[in-house]
Amino acid sequence: MSAHADSHAAAHHHGPPIANKSSRIDATVLGMFLFIASEAMLFGAFFTAYFFIRVVNPEAQSWPLEPFHLPVFVAGVNTAVLLTSSLTMHWALQSIKRGNRAGLKAGLVLTFFMGLAFLCTQILEYARIGFNPSDGAFGTIFFGLTGLHGAHVFVGLTLLAVATIRAFRGHFTPDHHHGVEIPGIYWHFVDVMWIVVYATIYLL
Amino acid sequence: MARNPFRSEAEAYRFLLLTVGYFAIIVAAAAVETWLGVAAFVLLTAGLIWLWIRSRPEPALRPAVPARSGAEDERRILVIANETVGGEELMSILRTKAEGVREEVLVVAPALNSAVRHWASDEDGARAAAQQRLERSLAQLEGYGVAARGEVGDGDPLQAIEDALRTFGADEIVISTHPEGRSNWLERDVVGHARDRFDVPITHVVVDLEPTR
Repeated sequence: MSAHADSHAAAHHHGPPIANKSSRIDATVLGMFLFIASEAMLFGAFFTAYFFIRVVNPEAQSWPLEPFHLPVFVAGVNTAVLLTSSLTMHWALQSIKRGNRAGLKAGLVLTFFMGLAFLCTQILEYARIGFNPSDGAFGTIFFGLTGLHGAHVFVGLTLLAVATIRAFRGHFTPDHHHGVEIPGIYWHFVDVMWIVVYATIYLL
Repeated sequence: MARNPFRSEAEAYRFLLLTVGYFAIIVAAAAVETWLGVAAFVLLTAGLIWLWIRSRPEPALRPAVPARSGAEDERRILVIANETVGGEELMSILRTKAEGVREEVLVVAPALNSAVRHWASDEDGARAAAQQRLERSLAQLEGYGVAARGEVGDGDPLQAIEDALRTFGADEIVISTHPEGRSNWLERDVVGHARDRFDVPITHVVVDLEPTR
């Protein structure tokens, strides 16, 4: 009997190796995992620094230490605005899935302006909060964490602006609305991160 | 594999609501008493991890693979092996099974890889090494008079079997391993899992390469 090996063909194959089709990790899924992991590590580094300065100040009866005061109520209202914007984003997606273009447009416009209101309120908060990033470790971490989140909101607003313009140009259909779905996912991710930031920095 | 909570906008929205509820309970508990907040955090986190583990889908035990489509006097044997493919025990089994019938043997060498490289999709080195092992093994089989062809398979031997069965309707699967204590596959009960998962007779051959080394 004579042996014949298919492997010989592969041995003389030129160029990159043939892709293994049975790989259980899809490249796009891996990409999303790496993105989420990198974001988690980015925020995680700031949270680690934040909790470190809390741990090294165990004598503090209330947090933050004097003379820092955080506008908990205004930030709470801002949180409500951001959470409502997630609701309108979800509504926009559900609308286009049902073929309701008016709902899509209204949802995206409302989401965009609520996101913008959140960002503007945060900038006003920075202007009136009474301390700046150079005022000790707490000031640095506070501006670092909320600023990092603000940068994510800005990116989200840019994505929303593009989606809104495309919606008004009639680009999306019930079957093809990836251009809304992806910014929607990102927007909810930004909101999730704000809930963590708000609960940790302002409330706990 | 961990499930990505941001697969769709609807799932991301649900995840957001879950996050709001999670932190609302922790903040409310911490407002009553700091240590109550810590307890709420621990309990909620443990509960969510437990729910997440429970909700993970079980892998299908018997996936549909194409039925064997060979002639009556033909015996198609799928061999899953790595370093042990040239062992005397395996050769003896293959010769026995080939008696009186026309045999067709497909040898699959799983591209064994480290977990880190697997997650990074860095498979080139593992596949090249498996290819070299496979070529040596096929040459040995030829020397023993066994007609065989081969291919490199997935790093997970069970996945490699499933992939091979989809294109090679086997009458029988032969899994070749090192003896117990030296075999990573036996430690992971690959043979047992394969018997649970595939509707094809499975023969386990233990090849001890130590005396010949």
